[in-house]
Amino acid sequence: MSRFIELLRRELRLALRQGSDSMMVVGFFVLAVILFPFGIGPEPGILARVAPGLVWVNALLAAMLSLDRLYQGDYEDGSLELLILTPAPLELLVAAKVTAHWLTTGLPLMAASPLLAVFLNLDATDLGVLLLTLAVGTPTLSLIGSVGAALVLGARRGGVLISLLVLPLFIPVLIFAVGAVDAASHGFPWTGQLAILGAILLGAVPLGLYASAAALKQAAE
Amino acid sequence: MFGLQNPTKFLKFAKLVGPWLAGSTILLIGSGLWFGLFNSPADYQQGETVRIMYIHVPSAWMGMFAYSVMAIASAIALVWKHPVADHLARGSAPLGAAFTLICLVSGALWGKPMWGTWWVWDARLTSMLILFFLYLGYMALAGAFDDPERGAKASAILAVVGWINVPIIKFSVDWWNTLHQPASVTKTAMPSIDPAMLLPLLLMGVGFTTFYATLLLWRVRAEILATRIRNIRLAQIHAEGA
Amino acid sequence: MSQFAAENLTCVRGGRAVFARLSFSLEPGTALFLLGPNGSGKSSLLRMLAGLLRPISGRLTWEGQPISDDPEAHGARLHYVGHHDAVKPVLTVAETLHFWARLHGGDSESRVQQAMERFAIKRLADVPGRLLSAGQKRRVNLARLIAAPAPLWLLDEPSVALDKASVKALEAAMAQHRAEGGLVIVSTHAEIDLPEATILRLDDFAAPSQVAA
Repeated sequence: MSRFIELLRRELRLALRQGSDSMMVVGFFVLAVILFPFGIGPEPGILARVAPGLVWVNALLAAMLSLDRLYQGDYEDGSLELLILTPAPLELLVAAKVTAHWLTTGLPLMAASPLLAVFLNLDATDLGVLLLTLAVGTPTLSLIGSVGAALVLGARRGGVLISLLVLPLFIPVLIFAVGAVDAASHGFPWTGQLAILGAILLGAVPLGLYASAAALKQAAE
Repeated sequence: MFGLQNPTKFLKFAKLVGPWLAGSTILLIGSGLWFGLFNSPADYQQGETVRIMYIHVPSAWMGMFAYSVMAIASAIALVWKHPVADHLARGSAPLGAAFTLICLVSGALWGKPMWGTWWVWDARLTSMLILFFLYLGYMALAGAFDDPERGAKASAILAVVGWINVPIIKFSVDWWNTLHQPASVTKTAMPSIDPAMLLPLLLMGVGFTTFYATLLLWRVRAEILATRIRNIRLAQIHAEGA
Repeated sequence: MSQFAAENLTCVRGGRAVFARLSFSLEPGTALFLLGPNGSGKSSLLRMLAGLLRPISGRLTWEGQPISDDPEAHGARLHYVGHHDAVKPVLTVAETLHFWARLHGGDSESRVQQAMERFAIKRLADVPGRLLSAGQKRRVNLARLIAAPAPLWLLDEPSVALDKASVKALEAAMAQHRAEGGLVIVSTHAEIDLPEATILRLDDFAAPSQVAA
């Protein structure tokens, strides 16, 4: 467990000093959402109607942007080999990397979404549900994304490849997250969808950690 | 498994079984088409267009079946490191992708007269579309490495992860679909089957399966031979270098 | 019973058998020198000894126990120095050493200080990795050997980019490690002085140019 914290601290320190990465992800997220009123017109009713989908689709894309650096740096500078040789389960170290990824992308995305709710004319209760779905859904994105990022290590055109691998796997998260916010905005119960998102997250934890570790080991062979 | 994980034995097996599979494919699909096109009733609602079903439905089956073969072979390759399992998984992917594409295209052709539009976000078609992208991702990853062994291992892990996700995707798409569409549209996509339609459908289904098996055998054979050629060339390069 | 032994190791890379039926055994305090031309599998053998690469056949044992039984325990008893130095541009030398030492499971301020002294990087302690030269990065990587104790050192061409004084420091570190009962396995093209080391020529184990399926 102390190794988990140690690696998490190092990742956060790296993110803090290399800076900009989180900021760029949030910048992309906000900018991409802002493009839509220009594309579909600024009519408040329409914007409020599509807001949950817009926010979520762009959150997926923004989270993906940051994925290709998740293991690439460690792969190139030899750190990955040393991490694999560390006397601790590799899954634990993957968990630390994924947690750091979520803290530096998922969490900032959540922090930026109230601003987008204002732009898109989303009301306060819907925003609350949207934030809840982001809180439960974005960790799943980091977990599944980690598998994709580990698989493309050493591949040609890794960055583009990740999107082809993980975007189809993100679809269930997108469906139930947007479903929950839509239900809430129509005054229907939405906790069921949130519970399914939670179940997907619980399933993604073992699958994401185990598959990432397997992918990292074969990448370092 | 009957020693078939040994490439040499597999080549012998393919040589023996291949012609039989090819022959039964011609018989099954030939008779299936005969019954399907000329010797079965038209649907009372859809008319003659219902005959697209005899291509559309079996290719949907094969698209899903080939993905399962790919994922199971990948798991076997990961655990027991059988070289033939690797070839099976990699050979199955383009075949499954092709069947999935046939299913999508025939679905669009069927949709035009039925729904008046080429594409409807029907639950089945949407799932097949996502499956198609899963195939594309697998094939892109398998071919993205300079070292083919790396590509084989990485794509095998992806196939297993994807396979675990397929039921979740299916479930979520079905749920999403019932939320956004009246249920009647999905119903008509798969009409209740007249017994006279069942025979050609089954013939085509089995015929597509043997067709898939024939092509898979050929592909694996070609891959085994290609690997051997590569190894001989590598050995020559290193013999010259030494 | 020897401490670290390899029996009949065979390595296949990219469909080609690199070496076959390679065996050795080492007692505490001894050293093994890996020699051989390019492509003879020195790096592959070291990666195999570390547990990063799985042998296609044969086995590795530590005090008689196969290392594949408990890969984590094997990780705890070895240090691997590969071609890359695992130095992050934004972390300082001291931070890098503390991090790897803690991850290895034994961080103590005195050992990190000792490690930096040994490889003459103490005055660089607060310098971030991006400002270091290739030789300085290599010395940081080698300082990991001292910063957390481990009996087995696997060094893949450790003298690359090092000046004469640093090679001397490395030789002294290896001598002390062996005097304390540690094992050293080194591959090199350059001259490293390793007294009474067993020499393993990898071309002796080159597999006949056979075709693996």
